[in-house]
Amino acid sequence: MTATLRRYPWLLAYMAAFAVWVLTMALSSGRGALGTLDSASILAVFTAIVGLGQMFVIAAGNGNVDLSIPSTMTLAGYLSVNIATSGSFGVITAVFLGLATGLAVGLANAAMILGLRVPPIIATLSSGYILQSLVLSYAHHSTDTPNPILSHLASAHFAGPPTLVILFAIAAFASVAVLRRSAYGRTLLAHGQNATAAYFAGLRVNRVVIITYAISGIAAGLAGVLLAAYAGGAALDIATPYLLTSIAVVVLGGTAISGGIANIAGVWGGAVFLTLLQNLLNVARLAAGWQYISEGLTIILVLTLFSRRTATRV
Amino acid sequence: VTLMPNYLSAAVAGGQFSAPLRPFRGLIGPLISLLALLGMILCLNRSAFSYFGINLLMLYSVPLMFAAGAQMFVMVTGDIDLGIGPFIGLVNTIAATLLAEAPLWGVVALAGLVLAYAAMGGLIQLRGLPSIVVTLGASFVWLGAAILVLPTPGGAPPAWLNALFATSPPIVPLPLVIAVALAAGLHLLLKRTAYGTVLRGIGGNPAAARRAGRSVLCGRMVAYGIAGLLGVIAGLALTGCTTSGDANLGSDMTLLSVAAVIIGGGTFSGGVVTPIGAVLGALILNLVGSVLSFLDVSSDWQIGAQGLLLLGTLGIRAVRRKARVAA
Repeated sequence: MTATLRRYPWLLAYMAAFAVWVLTMALSSGRGALGTLDSASILAVFTAIVGLGQMFVIAAGNGNVDLSIPSTMTLAGYLSVNIATSGSFGVITAVFLGLATGLAVGLANAAMILGLRVPPIIATLSSGYILQSLVLSYAHHSTDTPNPILSHLASAHFAGPPTLVILFAIAAFASVAVLRRSAYGRTLLAHGQNATAAYFAGLRVNRVVIITYAISGIAAGLAGVLLAAYAGGAALDIATPYLLTSIAVVVLGGTAISGGIANIAGVWGGAVFLTLLQNLLNVARLAAGWQYISEGLTIILVLTLFSRRTATRV
Repeated sequence: VTLMPNYLSAAVAGGQFSAPLRPFRGLIGPLISLLALLGMILCLNRSAFSYFGINLLMLYSVPLMFAAGAQMFVMVTGDIDLGIGPFIGLVNTIAATLLAEAPLWGVVALAGLVLAYAAMGGLIQLRGLPSIVVTLGASFVWLGAAILVLPTPGGAPPAWLNALFATSPPIVPLPLVIAVALAAGLHLLLKRTAYGTVLRGIGGNPAAARRAGRSVLCGRMVAYGIAGLLGVIAGLALTGCTTSGDANLGSDMTLLSVAAVIIGGGTFSGGVVTPIGAVLGALILNLVGSVLSFLDVSSDWQIGAQGLLLLGTLGIRAVRRKARVAA
């Protein structure tokens, strides 16, 4: 059992998600079993998107981590609801705003990390706070309701499952292909396993770091736009939980926190688990404080029990 | 790794000082920044330079000084604490409720928090865990607990705590007295005691510390324990300054504490920190906020400007390092 889990750490996330689901059903005496899964899977998509971006960053190893994700999400969310208010053209504008915001933040992060040699944790922490100031001063503008077409899309279903889940599945398979087959993906994992060796092997390390932070930024930007559309508007604290959950799903999903090993299936499992856990705490009528506590303890517990001991520390 | 090696940072810091002054060589930059800021404030608002004015100007830097001290004890081991802000918020809520209602249980709760910090350091060492993920996870535990203790801002801190931060010592305002005492205390502890050297050794070269017969586990637990203690004092100071409780009040302290340590001359490489610099860094960051408000800059931009200041400091260091390497 433990040996299997060590070999396939992402199984743990799915098992935990199933256990939480069964527990929820027991508490609500079986009512709305599939409805719970349906709504949880939509909410899990937002976590999974930013988790996917964070996974690329963490897979780069060497202390790479993106702490600017929540602020990027909030900024993109605000921009999209204020600018792309109506029409099908608004959908394109909203998506473009998400892409552009995320790309700009990602490139700025990479510039600080590569150009100024600022440790990633500090570069992204600072850029997150700078973005937070930007959002605070921008949020004084009146907030419109999000684009109705985008809002509809965010909670729509396509041939059974929610549309967002299908879109995420496509993104996930594309990510698997990129990681396994592309030069970028192979270089990323090589850099995560041993940056010095990758450099001396003549791999284009800097380019990989730039692309990686751009991916994470874009994922955060798009997630912010979708979240604002789903939630019916942007709010200052709309993305606060995603700082921890983006990292939590990566750790839960069996991606090595020291880099070099990435697991995309695990990101989805981790996202569903965390969403169902939150749902369970809601069903059990526990206060909001307990949700934070249980999420924090879960990540520490999983890390303690299942992390591979490595020489390099983040 | 993008961190600056220890030998390089020592070279950058320069060696032209005579031996007794060497521990203070990194403080020139922060001191100049502090004086420049004070000069700016003098130009903008002359009335700030009275006993009362300085007290008002610097009172809010007191919680940050202790937060910077806490962050410094984590950073000296080569780790980073992303949970110190919410931790200070939790102490703030406990101080505004339990400490006044049931003082004994309040003290027990705060002591428990210090032990929890030491245990967190032990866990990180024992299992070889990345400090940023553990402290980030812990930050949600602190935040959740703070919301449970005090769901909505308010509460009433004990009268003695409010009175303590309203005291007026003769001639020198309270924040300056605390700053000098804290800087001296931290400096003596880290740079003048045997165990301070051990703690710096654990961050600088854990293998060497182990071979010298020192327990890295014990050292990390002590460092985190002291960080927890300073965090508790920071939370009490924050409560004394604001005379109320708010679970989210400490959230900016995470970035500010790291920024204070770095602006004061500390590095990320472990073992290299400047305790006096960290206190100066806290004063600088707080004064930057004051200058911005004197200039009528919206308070929305305060935390962003402080983040830029951190990046600017690191940018200048990177440029100077490149110049050194090229020379």
